Amino acid sequence: MNTQALAKVSNLVVERGGRRLLDQAGLEIRPGSVHVLVGPNGAGKSTLLSVMAGDLRPSSGEVTWCGQTLDQWCPHALARCRAVLPQDTVVTFPLTAWEVAEMGRLPHRTPERDARIVREALDRAGVWHLSGRDYRSLSGGERQRVQMARVLAQVHDTGPDQPGLLLLDEPTSALDVRHQLRLMELLRVDAARGRTILVVLHDLNLAAAYADHITVLKDGKVVASGTPAQVMRAETITHAWGVECLVERDSLTGCPWVRMRYGLGRATAHREHAA
Amino acid sequence: MSTVASQIPATGTLSAPGSRAARARWVVIALIPAVLAAALLGLTTGAVEVSPAEVLWVLTGHLDDPFLREVILNLRLPRVLVAITVGAALAVSGVALQGLFRNPLADPGLIGVSAGAALGAVSVIVLGTTVLAPLVMALGVFTLPLAAFAGGLGTTWLVYRLASHGGHTSVATLLLGGIAINAIAGAATGMLVYMADDQQLRTLTFWNMGSLAHAGWTLWAVSAGLVLLALACMPLVARALNGLMLGESVATHLGFPVHRIKTLVVVMAALAVGASVAIAGIIGFVGLVVPHLLRLTIGPDHRYLLPASALGGALLLLLADALARIIVAPAELPIGLLTSLLGGPFFLWLLLRQKGRFGSTTPD
Repeated sequence: MNTQALAKVSNLVVERGGRRLLDQAGLEIRPGSVHVLVGPNGAGKSTLLSVMAGDLRPSSGEVTWCGQTLDQWCPHALARCRAVLPQDTVVTFPLTAWEVAEMGRLPHRTPERDARIVREALDRAGVWHLSGRDYRSLSGGERQRVQMARVLAQVHDTGPDQPGLLLLDEPTSALDVRHQLRLMELLRVDAARGRTILVVLHDLNLAAAYADHITVLKDGKVVASGTPAQVMRAETITHAWGVECLVERDSLTGCPWVRMRYGLGRATAHREHAA
Repeated sequence: MSTVASQIPATGTLSAPGSRAARARWVVIALIPAVLAAALLGLTTGAVEVSPAEVLWVLTGHLDDPFLREVILNLRLPRVLVAITVGAALAVSGVALQGLFRNPLADPGLIGVSAGAALGAVSVIVLGTTVLAPLVMALGVFTLPLAAFAGGLGTTWLVYRLASHGGHTSVATLLLGGIAINAIAGAATGMLVYMADDQQLRTLTFWNMGSLAHAGWTLWAVSAGLVLLALACMPLVARALNGLMLGESVATHLGFPVHRIKTLVVVMAALAVGASVAIAGIIGFVGLVVPHLLRLTIGPDHRYLLPASALGGALLLLLADALARIIVAPAELPIGLLTSLLGGPFFLWLLLRQKGRFGSTTPD
């Protein structure tokens, strides 16, 4: 495994309109691992991803990938080994799903292999059957999977010897349960192929089941970081999200299993009513 | 995961069901003879009847009839060349601006680029002998196209600043900004027309409606050079414009220098529109109709859409010019009136269709 292919974020500060969106945030993503970023709304997850994608300049701190800061990277070389999945992508032109996925090959000059790579990417993302459809006519989940195919096509040439980095902002937000699991399985396969993967997720159990490493952000600060077993603890979750929960252990996989105490308010109201 | 079988059919062929690249290549190739045929039609159409064979003989120097030579080489050939130049320029700048604004409704005429270019050109025509005389002295034959270019560049930049915020373009602001700029540039042009003398006035009125008739060889050569320069930039921006269809940040993630590309596109579009306005005045809707029809057949891949639009624009204007000379023969209809007559309803149809799409909840 290539230990050079390390993505590192250190002491990141982002200020916008007098608000600190990120406050000394830092994390390390090891090659061949799935690193999940979780946190309540407005914690700075997307901001952190934007900084890592190069969309946003931090007020201070730096992002390095393979030992070089983003500024030192040639944008073209970076595009061949790093792909970004934004939360949503609006298209106003009549592109087919195939043509959208094919965009992932724009940084590469490999016309002879592109058709095969795009086909494989669409198949892996489970949208091969939609290839000929107008992207704008697809459902939200279908669009998200087509974008995922675009990202997969972009980093196709990376692997154990060639570092590859995936930055995915809530790739499961519009997916049904089956496709959420399929996508996470797919990320595990890609990690096993040596790619470095950062995913923003909202579903804590999805994170606990598939992540190698979880980082919890709150108010722009890293409040916990470690393996799922280290991070997924009731007091951490209550501190970050302000909700009551129980953390159990899945008897089959051994992964932490977070059980939200839904309906607490209702139970209290019921008790008060009875009294 | 293992339960989900591969959805790729087990045939050995490398089919790409959503790829229109092969068809697009054929359309580009097929448009070349179509443009040549339309040019031949343009050379044979008019008050004097000339057969295609006679045209070819005159062009190759095998027929030495002075009258036919005059009609074909000095009257019709310039028109045909101007139609090709202007049509290609307008259609390509339409594609470029639509890519820049990420909206298929952007047209140099609608968003005010043509009007800005016209203001630049009219300033030179009216004030060229007085206030702007030193400029005319310095730039010579380049003055008119460069003034139009400057006007077009100014308005493109203004519209872009108005309508784009952080990588997003508001269509409403784009079109409303276009209305305002058209009004302002139109009023300023009107004031200049008010100041013009009789001689200048005659040039202006005809030229405001768009015409392929009053182009001299020198002006044509200079403008064609500028248009060629703009067309030469096409291969440089085609792939980046493809990336921009997914948004500015995605284009950046794909490795494109988005800011440089945008500047290049603005300059390229203003150059092409400026040059075409300088030789033919304001001709609307070519930049809207041609790219739209082509996208329906070959898709929006700019590697094919740009050359196909250049050819398609030339084809459309050649046919429109032939039509303009046939309808009211032996007189001719100003070409700008004709394209507006045809393009206006087309634009309305486009708006109605869009309204239908946004209004319905079921995807088609």
